[in-house]
Amino acid sequence: MLIVYAILALGLMGLLFGLMLAVAARIFAVEVDPRVEAVKDAVPGANCGACGYAGCAKFAEAVVSGEAKANDCIPGGEETVKAIAEILGGDIETSVSPVATLFCIGDCFKASDRFVYDGVQDCAVAGEFNDGFKNCSYGCLGYGNCVKVCLFDAIYMGKHGLPVVDEEKCTGCGLCASACPRELIQMLPPGEEGYLVLCSSQDRGKTVSRACEVGCIACKACVKVCPVEAIEMDGKLAVIDLEKCTDCGDCKEKCPPGTIHRRSAIPSEADALAAAAEKTAESA
Amino acid sequence: METLLSIVFIYIFVDNFVLHRFFGVCPFLGVSRKMDTAIGMSMAVIFVMAMATLVTWLLYTYVLVPFNLSYLQIVTFILVIASLVQLVEIVLRKISPTLYQGLGIFLPLITTNCAVMAVALLAVRQEFSLVESVVFAIAAAIGFSLALVIMAGIRERLELAKMPDVLQGSAVTLITAGILSMAFLGFKGMLSL
Repeated sequence: MLIVYAILALGLMGLLFGLMLAVAARIFAVEVDPRVEAVKDAVPGANCGACGYAGCAKFAEAVVSGEAKANDCIPGGEETVKAIAEILGGDIETSVSPVATLFCIGDCFKASDRFVYDGVQDCAVAGEFNDGFKNCSYGCLGYGNCVKVCLFDAIYMGKHGLPVVDEEKCTGCGLCASACPRELIQMLPPGEEGYLVLCSSQDRGKTVSRACEVGCIACKACVKVCPVEAIEMDGKLAVIDLEKCTDCGDCKEKCPPGTIHRRSAIPSEADALAAAAEKTAESA
Repeated sequence: METLLSIVFIYIFVDNFVLHRFFGVCPFLGVSRKMDTAIGMSMAVIFVMAMATLVTWLLYTYVLVPFNLSYLQIVTFILVIASLVQLVEIVLRKISPTLYQGLGIFLPLITTNCAVMAVALLAVRQEFSLVESVVFAIAAAIGFSLALVIMAGIRERLELAKMPDVLQGSAVTLITAGILSMAFLGFKGMLSL
């Protein structure tokens, strides 16, 4: 008899709770636009916040309500825009997502250190401590705050002490740019053409040349040689306007420390390691 | 009143659910990576533990005991906690979307949290009154939150610390949890019911 009571009691309770849940689900039903779910599935789902909304779910809501545009999702790129256009109907213009570019080529062989830093392994902390352990107080410290923040595994820390961007994987969300305490990363439209001054130092030329072999020494040689006036001085740093740049390469020829490089030929990790090996061979 | 106060003290510090009884170690290790999530989880646990204990105590005292079915308590409590969490989730979603968003994934996660189950079972085993049971549940949940928040604070610092490769990640987390538990042993014997 006991077992019958037990079965009855549990069965009744189960039924009761089930009914209660069913009624509650009916009473407290929240209407959700099925398109919101569809859009949420179409975006990358990294919750990076590059669109300006709190996560992909919020972005999906905003897109469906017409508040946000489909191409506001930078990491999604063209594919996502097309997928969203299919869900919502109508044409949506596509845009190309930018690529992260590091404006410092002072790797651990070319830019010298002032002291041995042994503290918290974080760029922001290392940079606060006596202006950083490098002689250059503008250059990359190489503790990889940008690497830690990347949601797409598109940046890794190279053996030469500078982060390397994998352009294939980079979605242009800009999280790394805002994570860098020295603001060394800029988001640029993708492309191989045009030249860049790969330095961010605002120090005087003398200070720069003592600190780094490849820093901009503000000699203005590039400004003078540029045929289209695409180069301007921003304080003690030459800056090339990519929109005006005609890709002639005169500035690269004239640059004494070799700070200027074509975008397709930015010194890679392998280049830096090879140069360092050559240097040690020479001195030995 | 004195009993209530000692229940609060005992289950926050002396008999801490995570660090002394080792209940709910899974969320303790799982959601203690960031302070935000730890606090979100804590809030959800306090809420659910108080609700669950209230309902299970009433059910136990007024249904299971009179019908001589108290041996069914584990099965019944699982049923109650699971459906209660579901119900709360449904209601919250409608009434307070912000709170729903805030608690987020933690609500359904709690359904399978053994600390919630333990609190309901212990409340009837210790023969607490209704008020004592609810106070006990809240205190236990606060104890859980305390452990979680301490752990999250330590882990946020560990992220930045220099560490031998072998210790990185889970290894150092488990060691930290052990040391934390030993530290809480210091409360042992301070107070008992």
